[in-house]
Amino acid sequence: MATLAGPSRLIGAPIKRREDPRLIQGLSHYVDDLKLVNTLHCAFLRSDYAHAEIENIDTEAAKRLSGVVTVITGEDIREKVSSVPCAAEIEGLKIPNHPALAVGRVRFVGEPVAAVVATDPYIARDALDLIEIEYRELPVVVDMDKAIEPDSPVIFEEFGDNIAFTMPLDAGDVDKAFAEADHVISHRLVNQRLIPIAMEPRGVLAEYLRGEGTLTVWSSTQIPHHLKTFLSLLVDFPEHRIRVIAPEVGGAFGSKLNVYAEEAVVAYLAIQLGKPVKWIEKRGENFTSTIHGRDQINYVEIAVNNDGTITGLRAKLLANMGAYYQLLTPIIPVLTYLMIPGAYKIPNIKLELIGVLTNKMATDAYRGAGRPEATYIIERMVDLAAQKLGMDPKDIRFKNFPQPDEFPFEIPTGIIYDSGNYQETFNKALGIINYDDLRDQQSARRKRGKYVGIGICTYAEISGFGPSIGVAGGGWESSTVRIERTGKVTVLTGVSPHGQGQETSFAQIMADELGVDIDDIAVIHGDTGRQPQGIGTFGSRATPVGGTAMLIAGRQVKDKMAKLTAHLLEANPDDLVFENGKIFVQGSPAQAVEFATVAAAAHNAVNLPPDIEPGLEATHFFEPEKFTNPFGAHIAIVEVDPDTGEIDIQRYVAVDDIGHIINPLLVTGQVHGGIAQGLGQALYEGAVYDENGQLLTGSLMDYAVPKATQVPSVENDYTVTPSPANPMGVKGVGETGTIASTACIVNAVVDALSPLGVKDIEMPLTPNRVWQVIEDAKKGVSE
Amino acid sequence: MIPGSFEYIAPSSVDEALALLKENGESAKLLAGGHSLIPTMKLRLAEPEVIVDLNRIGALKGISESSGTLIIGALTTHYELETSDLAHRKIPLLAQTAAAIGDVQVRNKGTIGGSLAHADPAADWPAAILALDAEIKAVGQGGERSIKASDFFEDLYTTAIDPEEIITEIHVPIPGANTKGTYLKLPQIASGFALAGVAVILTQVENICQNLAVGVTGVSSVPYRAAGVESDLRGKAFSSDNIAAAAEKAVDGIDDVLEDIHASEAYRKNLAKVYTRRAIESAAS
Amino acid sequence: MSKKVINTKINGTNYTAEVEPRMLLIHFIRDVAGLTGSHIGCETSICGACTAIVDGMAVKTCAMLAIQADGAEINTIEGLAENGDLHPIQEGFWECHGLQCGFCTPGMIMAASQLLERNPNPTESEIRHGLEGNLCRCTGYQHIVNAVQYAAQKMQS
Repeated sequence: MATLAGPSRLIGAPIKRREDPRLIQGLSHYVDDLKLVNTLHCAFLRSDYAHAEIENIDTEAAKRLSGVVTVITGEDIREKVSSVPCAAEIEGLKIPNHPALAVGRVRFVGEPVAAVVATDPYIARDALDLIEIEYRELPVVVDMDKAIEPDSPVIFEEFGDNIAFTMPLDAGDVDKAFAEADHVISHRLVNQRLIPIAMEPRGVLAEYLRGEGTLTVWSSTQIPHHLKTFLSLLVDFPEHRIRVIAPEVGGAFGSKLNVYAEEAVVAYLAIQLGKPVKWIEKRGENFTSTIHGRDQINYVEIAVNNDGTITGLRAKLLANMGAYYQLLTPIIPVLTYLMIPGAYKIPNIKLELIGVLTNKMATDAYRGAGRPEATYIIERMVDLAAQKLGMDPKDIRFKNFPQPDEFPFEIPTGIIYDSGNYQETFNKALGIINYDDLRDQQSARRKRGKYVGIGICTYAEISGFGPSIGVAGGGWESSTVRIERTGKVTVLTGVSPHGQGQETSFAQIMADELGVDIDDIAVIHGDTGRQPQGIGTFGSRATPVGGTAMLIAGRQVKDKMAKLTAHLLEANPDDLVFENGKIFVQGSPAQAVEFATVAAAAHNAVNLPPDIEPGLEATHFFEPEKFTNPFGAHIAIVEVDPDTGEIDIQRYVAVDDIGHIINPLLVTGQVHGGIAQGLGQALYEGAVYDENGQLLTGSLMDYAVPKATQVPSVENDYTVTPSPANPMGVKGVGETGTIASTACIVNAVVDALSPLGVKDIEMPLTPNRVWQVIEDAKKGVSE
Repeated sequence: MIPGSFEYIAPSSVDEALALLKENGESAKLLAGGHSLIPTMKLRLAEPEVIVDLNRIGALKGISESSGTLIIGALTTHYELETSDLAHRKIPLLAQTAAAIGDVQVRNKGTIGGSLAHADPAADWPAAILALDAEIKAVGQGGERSIKASDFFEDLYTTAIDPEEIITEIHVPIPGANTKGTYLKLPQIASGFALAGVAVILTQVENICQNLAVGVTGVSSVPYRAAGVESDLRGKAFSSDNIAAAAEKAVDGIDDVLEDIHASEAYRKNLAKVYTRRAIESAAS
Repeated sequence: MSKKVINTKINGTNYTAEVEPRMLLIHFIRDVAGLTGSHIGCETSICGACTAIVDGMAVKTCAMLAIQADGAEINTIEGLAENGDLHPIQEGFWECHGLQCGFCTPGMIMAASQLLERNPNPTESEIRHGLEGNLCRCTGYQHIVNAVQYAAQKMQS
C-alpha cells in the first residue's frame, strides 16, 4: 500500500480543533437546540415494574388534557412499528420480539409503555401522570447465576429458559495444559454493569412532509446511515425518502450506536400527525432506558508454570443481555471471548460464553465494548499468577509477550494481531515511572506502614472495526472528496464524529494530501442527505477506516487534477507537486498554476483532455482487510488509607501505541477521557438493581460519574508501530484508555493491600468495599 | 425534569410569608435555595400547590454579631458563610463547613436555613450546628421561639419546626479563647453529601482538653453529638492515644446507623470513629 | 395556574415574557430567549451543563424557577465573547483541547469564569474543586485544567 503523503505539514501536528469556535460560544446545535415551526412534543410513560403483565391501560384522562394531541400504547402500534432491531448473528441465538412500546408484558424498569404527544413538553409531562396502568407483578430475574438455574422464572416463556445463546471454543489441548501445569489459578471476576452517561441525553426530532413524501429525522446518534435503513423497516417507510441527520452530538461512548424504540415511535408519530415531533430524553430515562455496558461474571482459570509461562486458560463467561436486545447486545461479550488472551501467548484456550436474559435494561456497546472486560480478566489473572509465583508482575508479562518478529500474531481465538512491539512500549512506561526504584520505594514506604501499590496493565486490543465479515451491517466506510469550482475542498465522510474531532484531523490529512490550506477544507458528516453512504463512528474506526476512505478518494481526485494540470502545463502528471495551494512541476515552482485555477478549469470544462470528465469529485468505499490492534502499558501508583479505604492515585503513566498519530492533541484527549471512564469502572461506577429489578443508581446523585477532583493527571507517551491494515498506518485511539485503566487501577490497589494477603477486590473499589476487604484480611477472613 | 403546576408567591416580609403558610396549610412549601426542593419537584416526588419563595425577604439574609453571638439569617447562602470575614474571624468552623458543601453553584444558591429545614441526614450543617450549640430561631403564628440544635433534628427529613413556622435565624455562640474547630467529611462520591461528617470544637489549654463538642452527620438518621467522645476526652491531654480511645466512642448509644448502597452500617460506624479522631487531631494540632 | 410576566436581562438584552411559575430558568433561557448554548444534562442539579451567571453568581439554572429571576441580570455562554473576541477562558479551552463533544463546555466555561473571578491565580487543586459542580464525560478534565490555567495566565498579563 501507498505511504503517507510527503512532505507532511499538518499530519502529526497538534492543530487546535476547527469544531471548537462554535462549541465554546454556545453556537452549535444539538437536537434539543433545533426548533421547527409547530413542533409537537413527545413524552414516554415507562414501566415501574421489572416484570409484570399489563392488565389494563387507561389513557382517556390523558387524552382529555388540553394540549394533548394523542396518546398511544403498544396495542395501537403493534402492527405499525416493527420489532426494535438486533443485528447480531450468532448460531442458536434466541431473539425475542422487542416491541417499541410494551405489549401485554413489561420486562424491565424503564421499558416504554405509552407515548404522549402534546403541544408543549410541560403538558406532555403532565399527561403522563394521567395514564393509569394496572400491572400484575411477575417473578423478577436479576441475578445471572440464578437466571441460568433450571428452576428460575423465565422472561420469555417461548424460550423455555433464560439462556440467550452459548458459544464454546476449544483451541489447543487445554486439559493437557492444565494437567501438566505447575499451578492452576482459579478466580471469579465480575465486570459490573455500567451506565454510559453521555452528557447529552438522547433526543429525536422527526418531520414528515406530506407533499414531498419525505421523512427527515434528527437524532443524537453515532450511526445515521444505519438508522435510516432501520427506520425504513421499523415504520415501513421507503428508505430513499428518509434523511437522517446527526446534528451536534454530545458524547455517546457506544450508547448511541443503536436504534432505539423512541426513534421509531417519534418517526411514526411525525408521519401520522403530519407535524414535527420532538422527544428529548430526561436523565432519569437515560439511566433506565439507554443501553448499559459490561455486566459479566467470569469464572476463569489459568495454568502457569514455575517460570511464569502461562500455558492455558479456561473460562466460563456469563454475559448479561438484559431483557431485550438492542442493536449489538449479544455481540459485545463475543469481543471479550475473542480478546481474552490479551497481550500474551497462551496456546491452549477453552471458553464457554453464555448470554443470559434478565429483567434489566439491555447491555450493549459501551466504550471498549467487551475489550475492557477481556483486559480486566487477563490482567487480573496475570497478577494473581505473579502473586502466586512470587514473581514481579513486570517479569511475568515480559515472559508471555509475543516477540516483535512474531507479528502478525495469531491468538487461539482466531484474531490476528496486525503489528506490535509490546516490549518496547512496556519498557518505555517502566522507564518513565522508574519502576525498579519504585519497587524499592514501595518496600521502604511499606515499612513505614503505608499501603502503597503499583499497578500494571499491558493490554492489546482490537479496533479499527473492521473487515465487513467482522462487523454486523458492514465494516467499510465511504467518503467523497469534492474540489469545488473555487478550489475549496469539501470532504464528505460516512463516519459520524461526536466529540472525536475528525473535522480537524481529517482536514489535516487532506490538507497535506492536496497541498491546500486547512481552512479551505470542510469536513461534513452526520447527514445521510449530504453523504449518502456510511457506517458511523464506533470501535475506534473513524480514522483507520473512514480516514482511509477519505484519503483514497482524495488521491483519486488529486490524480484527476494532476492529469488536468499536466494538460494545462504540458507536463507529465507524475512530475507534479501539490503545495501551498499551487501545483507545479517538481523543481519549477515559478511556473506554478493555482490549485483554484485548475479547479475552475475542471468545472468550466472547455479545455479538458479527451479522457477527463468535467468536475472534480471522487467517492471511495474502503473495506479494510483486517482489524487493527493498538496496545500499550499503563502503570499506576496508589496509596490506600487503611482506616477508611480511600484510594489516592499518586501517579498514572500511559504509554500507548496506536500506530501513526495524526493529531497528538486530540489523541491525548482521547486517552485522558478513556482513562477517566475506565477508572470510573474501577473506583466509582456501578449500576445497582435491587431484587425487584428497581435501578437504585438511577440518578447522578447515586451513580458516580467522575468529577474533576476524582480523576488524576496522566503522564502520556507513545510508541509508534504502524498498522499494516491501512495506508496511514493508524490503529485508532478511542478506547485504549478505557481498556487499560480499569485493570491497572485494580491491580495497583490489590498490590497495595497484598501485604495483608488480599488477592482481589470486586469493583467498584469504593472506600467501603476496600475498607471491608482490609478488615476481613486483618481478621483472617478469606475472601 | 418538569415540575407540576403551582402558584408562586414571593412575599417581602416574614409576616406575609407566615400568613401565606396559614392560608395554604400543608399544600404550601417554602422555597429557599431550591437545591433540594426543585429537583424533588422536577422528579414529581413533591408536588406542592403553592410555593412561597423566601428569597425576596431581605430580613432573612446576612451575618451579624451581637453580644457574643453570630446571628445568621436563614437565607444566608453557604457561599456567604464560606467567604464571610466575620465567620472567618469569629467561628472559622462555619466557613469551613460551608466550603465543604456540594459544589460552587450549590453554595452560591443554597442556604443554611433551607438546609437545616430539609434535614437531610447526610447534610453538612447539622454537624457544625450541633458542635457549636447553636440555636435555631423560628417564627410561627404564636410568635418566635428558639430551638436548641440538639432538639432540632427529630428524624430523617424531620425537624422540630412546625409546618406553619419559618426559620428566621441561626444563633451561634462565639466560642471563647483557646477554642478551635474542624469539619472533616468523607463525601458520597456522586452526591457530595456526607457518608460521615464530623465537626469538632475544642478548647485546648496547655494541650489539655478543657472542653470538647463533637457533632456527627451522615452516620445516623438523626445527626447527633458524640457525647461519649466528649466526656471521655474532657480533662485529658490531647495525646494520640487519648484521642484515639475517645474517638472509639463516636457511635456509642447510636442505634439507628444508616445503611444504603453507598455505605454499610459497619463502615459508617468506622468512619464516624476515624473522622472523629482525625477531626480532633486536626483541631488540636 | 396563573402566569406571571417577568423581565430579565440576558447578555445585555431585555427579555419579557409571561411564564408559568413552574417554568425552570433553563427553559426560559433556551426556549423563551432562544439562547440554546446552555444545556440540560440532568434533573438533579449535579451535572452543571446549565450553569449561567445570575446576578454575579454561577447558578445551575435547572434548579431555579424562571420567575425567581424576575429582574435578574443573567450571563450565558453566548455573551462571553466581546465584539467577536473570544474570552480568555474560551481561548484556553480552544488552545488546550479542553472539550470534545462540547455539551458540558458552556456550563464548564461559565463555572470557570466564576472561579477565576474569585481566584485569579488558582492552583490545580483549586481549579478541580472549583469545577466540581460540572461533569464532563469526555476529557478526563486534564485539558480543562490546562485551559483554565491558560486563561488565568492570560487574564493576569
